[in-house]
This record gives sequence, structure tokens and C-alpha cells, in this order.
Amino acid sequence: MKQSITLGSVTKFIGLAGFLETIKNVFTGKLDKEDLKNIFRKVIMPLASVLLFFAVWYLGANKLHEIEADHLINKALVEQGPAEAEKLRACIASGDKSCQPNALPSPVQVWGAYQTLLADHYLISADKKAFIEKTAAINEKRIANGEKPITYTGRPSFVDQIFTSIITVFAGFLLALFIAVPIGIVIGLSPTLRSSVNWLIQIFKPVSPVVWFLLVFMIVKTFTKNSSSDSAFIICFISVGLCSMWATLVNTAMGVSSVDKDYINVAKVLKLGPMQKVFKVILPSSLPLIFTGLRITLSVAWMVLIAIELLAQSPGLGLFVWEEFQNGANDSNSKIIAAMFVIGLIGFMLDRIMLTIQKMVSFNKND
Amino acid sequence: MAYLELNNIYKTYGQGDNITEVLSNINLTIEEGEFVAIVGFTGSGKTTLVNLINGLLEPTKGEVLFKGEPVIGTSHERGVIFQNYSLLPWLTVGQNVYMAVKEAFPKKSKSDLQAIVAEYVDMVNLTPAINKRPKELSGGMRQRVSVARALAMKPEMIIMDEPLGALDALTRGNLQDEILRIWGKDKRTALLITNDVDEGIYMADRIIPLRPGPRATLGPEFKIDIERPRDKTALNDNPNFKKTRNAIIEYLMDIGNERKSQIQKEYALPDVAPKSFVW
Repeated sequence: MKQSITLGSVTKFIGLAGFLETIKNVFTGKLDKEDLKNIFRKVIMPLASVLLFFAVWYLGANKLHEIEADHLINKALVEQGPAEAEKLRACIASGDKSCQPNALPSPVQVWGAYQTLLADHYLISADKKAFIEKTAAINEKRIANGEKPITYTGRPSFVDQIFTSIITVFAGFLLALFIAVPIGIVIGLSPTLRSSVNWLIQIFKPVSPVVWFLLVFMIVKTFTKNSSSDSAFIICFISVGLCSMWATLVNTAMGVSSVDKDYINVAKVLKLGPMQKVFKVILPSSLPLIFTGLRITLSVAWMVLIAIELLAQSPGLGLFVWEEFQNGANDSNSKIIAAMFVIGLIGFMLDRIMLTIQKMVSFNKND
Repeated sequence: MAYLELNNIYKTYGQGDNITEVLSNINLTIEEGEFVAIVGFTGSGKTTLVNLINGLLEPTKGEVLFKGEPVIGTSHERGVIFQNYSLLPWLTVGQNVYMAVKEAFPKKSKSDLQAIVAEYVDMVNLTPAINKRPKELSGGMRQRVSVARALAMKPEMIIMDEPLGALDALTRGNLQDEILRIWGKDKRTALLITNDVDEGIYMADRIIPLRPGPRATLGPEFKIDIERPRDKTALNDNPNFKKTRNAIIEYLMDIGNERKSQIQKEYALPDVAPKSFVW
């Protein structure tokens, strides 16, 4: 019983509740006309759209591949003569990896890339583990002598990059939280302050993540001049934080400034002090809006993170994508698409987590 | 000296050309221990009047005296029961009342405060719901929480702004009795704002109609000489009740008609006649 409850809450959490519930009804035989409609809407149509997506992707990729191949063969014909062109055509048709044109990978290739990436991850993890075991004795001695221990400096695997990205996005998100919420509250409480900094918010809000990165780089560079540590991570998370905090700032200010007049009257009639008024009436009543802002902030943070990691050369998914693009190996494109799906899924999960928290703090909910 | 005194109160909203005078030349005195009801149409400025008395608003002209002192801001001596309950939705019933009690008696210990909360929540028969949030309660229960919150602060005067306006007739009747019972227990001064003449007659010692705004002003008072405790069913056969009720309603109808005739405009209608479809 307990397991089915958790399963139910999990499916509800990822938004699949209707889908699974309907499938369950099919198997338990609880069917009536309404259910048939539900099956059509919640099972058949979503599955059909998934199939359609893959079909379009597959056919499109094949077509693009064909065009690229023709182009290559024509080029060989003009530059190297018919014999070479015929050889190339045979090579492409045989599926040999060495001569495939560079085009949009098909779903099958992307699936292959996933497996390569996972295998790669296991390889690197094993290597890392072996390294740690090997250096354990030496490190102990080094620490005892007051020296720095030797750390593993090998290439990070795809899975490592995912975790680095998540850590960076949370660092940026926390920064946004600690800047935007207090400032938002102060701005929300004071109409004078609000109108005096409004221009600043309106101008900085739409600035592109690339420009934020450059701005942060200009400033952080000066501070980290004498430090030997890697400043890429710092620049990266600060840019992410600054770029994504505006939604929270605006929402907090709006929530605080638009508290229901009834609640303010209650605070007046009870004669609450100014601090108590803020903490017991204004803040609780604006929490739902603040959390809506935080949810937007987290999704924006995740979205800009990829671009900023790429620019900052900070390890993570963004850098992974960029390096694969620069790499230009025959499976690079597949790996990029694989990373795209991972990025999308993680973004979706982050949004769901925030939605759940948002629902928990909302007092207007009707369930 | 009167307990509460309103002297030549004027209240205007807006400025310049957009100025509207909502209340005009309001004079009212309430003695200690009295239960006074003010009856008026919706939109006649009743809530403005109540907010002037509880201190949420300041009069444009004139003065509000409470026990001889001018009213500046709100005070714990005057408890308010709002029209729309105004409970804080993120707090439970107990917490809503506790917050008020804590403000009213800052020096008392936590357990004392809890005891007061329990006492007043019990008084409005909400002990089983003490840990529920307002959205889980019905309208009548919410208003009872609001009553408990106002009374738990032990105010010397209770100001009620259409407290039962949004409730159905049955809940309304029960709550009227509950408020009367609580009021009768320690005879606090009470001011009830309502749009229901019967409610006013059932509950109050005096009824004062508010002539509708803009420029609302108080009409002549009607004394209710019916002995307490009043019986709602017997009230209908009481000749005194009928007489007062008719007098008040007649008065309100008169001013209503008067107002209608004042705002009546002549509309020029086109000279058309319905076409006949009969051949």
C-alpha cells in the first residue's frame, strides 16, 4: 500500500498521473465511455506524438544525410575525378564511420552516443578509483608533512559534467535568492525606493547572459588577479545568479507591495510593530509570489548556465557541448543531441521541484 | 461624558475636482454598555464611518472622542470584527487568535496566552477546528473566528462592520445569539453596522439610520424598548417590534425614494411604435 502511494505521488510529481492512471484502468477493466475518451486523450495521443516526433526526426535526419552525402560525392567528382567519387559513394553506402558526412544525427546514432558516454563514464570512474587507491598511501604522507595531496586531474566524464552543472546552477540560484529576495522586500516596502531604482531594474532585466558574463568577468578578473585558483567557476555562477535574479526581484517587490488591504488593516487593528508587520503579515502573504519568482529564476538560471559555461570555459554541460562541437568527431553531433535531451530533462525536473515547493507554501491552494 | 462621541464629522475622498464628500455632519453619542446599531443601504458610507471610529481613517473635519480622548490610530480598547473576516489564511484558527492575544497582552506568559486562546475559541464553539486553516472553514465558522479574535483582546468596545452580511439566514441567527450572549456576559459597549433592520432591532438598544451617501448623514434615532433576552420567534408578535420595524423601514424607503427622484433623469426616447405583424 505504501509503495503505491509513493508511486502515485512520484507520477503526479512528474506530471504523468493521468497517463498511468488511465493505463491502470485499462488493465483492471474499469472502463466506460468517459474512460475511452480519456485513453484517447491521455494515452494514445501522447504516445502518437512521441512516435511522430521520432519519425520526423528519423526521416529528416536521413534526408539531411543524403543531401550532405551527394554534396561530398559531387565535390570529389569535381576535385578528384570519377574513380574517387565512386569509391566515396561505396564508402558512405557501406556505413563506414570514417567517411560519413557531418549532418544531423538520427535517433539511433544518438542512442549509440548515450551508450558511448555511459561506457566512457564507467571507464573514467574506474580509472579515478584506481588512482585514488594508488595515491592513498602517498597522500597520507603528504598531508602528514603538510603538503597538498595529489588529486585526480584526468578528464571529467559526461556524468561528472552533469553534476558540475547542477552544482553551478544551484550556486547561482542561491546567489540570486540572497540578493533578490532581501532587495525585493526592501523595494516592495518603500514606494520611494521602488520608483528610484525602477529604471535600473527595467534596464538590466533584459540584458543578455553573454553580456552579464562579460561584465562579471571584467570585475572578477581584478579580484582574482593574485589568486592561483580557477576563477571560471566563480565567474560562471555569479553571472548565472545576476542574470536570473530579476524575476525573483520583480515578483518579490510586487508581492510585498500588493498585500491585501484587509491584512494590512488587521495588522493595524492589532497594532503590530513595523518588524512584526513585515514578518507576520507582509512576508507570509507574499510568499506565493516570491516562490513563483524563484521558480522562474531557477529555469532561467538553468537555461543561461549552458551558454555561460561555454563562454567561461567552466566545466559542465555547456562546455561539454562546445567541446564536442569543436571536436568534430564522427559521433560529436550525436553527443551534442544527447546532451540536449539531458539538459532538457534536468531543466524539467528542476522546474517540477520548484513547483512542488511553490505548492507547499501557497495558502490559496484548493486541494 | 459620553463614552464615544462623534462631533460634526465630515469625510471626503479625493482632491480638487474629483472630491467626493462621503460623510457629512455626523453626530453620534454612545453611552457605556450600550448596544447601538447603524442601519443603511450598501454604499452609503457605513464602512467609512466604522473605520473612522476604529481609527483606520481620520476624519477630514470634526472629531471622534473615545472616553473623552480624540481617536488617533487604532487601539486595543476598540475591537473590530470586519465584514470580510480578514483572517490571515496562512495561520490556523488558534494562531490567528493567538496573534491578537499576544499583541493585546504582551506581558503574559505563553501558557496564559494559550489559555485565553482556548477559552475564546471554545466560546465560539470552534475547539474542534482550532488547528484548521481559514480556507477549510465555512463562512460562518470564519466569522466566528473573527469574533473570537476581536473579543479575545478583551476590548472595551466592540465595533462590528456588517459582520453577518455574507452569511445565510440560519448561520446568521445563530451568530446573532452568540454575539448577544457574549455581549450580555460582561456588558461591553457595542456598535453594529448592518443593512438588516430586523437584525438591528433584535440586537440593539438603539437604531440609527444612515442616510445614503454621498454626503451621508445620520437620521433620527429609534429606541428599541423590548426587554432582553429577546426571543426571536416571539418578537414577530410583539406590537412594539412591528411598530418600530415599520417606522424604520418606512423611513428608509422614504429616503430611498427621495434619492431616486433626485437622480432621475429625463431620457429622450425616439418616437417609435411597435410594428404590427397582424394582417
